[in-house]
Amino acid sequence: MQGKRFQVSVQQADFDVSALQRALMQDNHEEGAIASFTGYVRASNARRDLHTMELEHYPGMTENSIRDILAQASGRWPLLNAGVVHRVGALRPGEQIVWVGVASAHREAAFGACEFVMDYLKTRAPFWKRELGEEGAVWVDARESDTERAKRWLEIDE
Amino acid sequence: MKVLFFARVREQLDCAGLELPWQPAFCELDALQEHLCQKGANWRDVLSQENIIRAVNHSVVDSSCVLTDGDEVAFYPPVTGG
Repeated sequence: MQGKRFQVSVQQADFDVSALQRALMQDNHEEGAIASFTGYVRASNARRDLHTMELEHYPGMTENSIRDILAQASGRWPLLNAGVVHRVGALRPGEQIVWVGVASAHREAAFGACEFVMDYLKTRAPFWKRELGEEGAVWVDARESDTERAKRWLEIDE
Repeated sequence: MKVLFFARVREQLDCAGLELPWQPAFCELDALQEHLCQKGANWRDVLSQENIIRAVNHSVVDSSCVLTDGDEVAFYPPVTGG
């Protein structure tokens, strides 16, 4: 897996999940499994006035940290290919925000790596969400449950 | 040296970043942070928040570290992407 170029994109534009998934396939068809995750901007129960989710990031570090997370995943599981797309800028409820795709020979590695990448992305990659509504703009607080989920992977190592 | 602030920290400081001419006093991250805190009470309050994350050259650091001329340092709140 050394030297494998993972596809990482931080972009304003929407993305096509089926095209991204096809791009994970190689010519030699060694993939027996692709697991993918698509995250959407959720309408908030707490803030019914929410009309826009704004995403800020740290250009340069964001891409580097996602590459680092994918490299860690490929150190844990035998991955054939992987990719992450994360949108930034102004998004509305119902829009796609993030995609993670992982290809491997077997499902166990694909499922595991996909979940690992999302857990680490949520707690390490420098993105910040801000909710805009009728009542103004509010930065979204980090959730302890996300930190706990990411910590599970460290416990698995022990 | 470049110092960047993001999200809530950027808003609280009303500053996205600073370009600081290198001085030997900045050779430790903690010392650089103290220098920034001396810019005013608001700076000290914001940069002393318990959950603030510090990154040097795109890597998060858990404790103070050695800095050199040309380093890029960032201060930001816990991340909320995904």
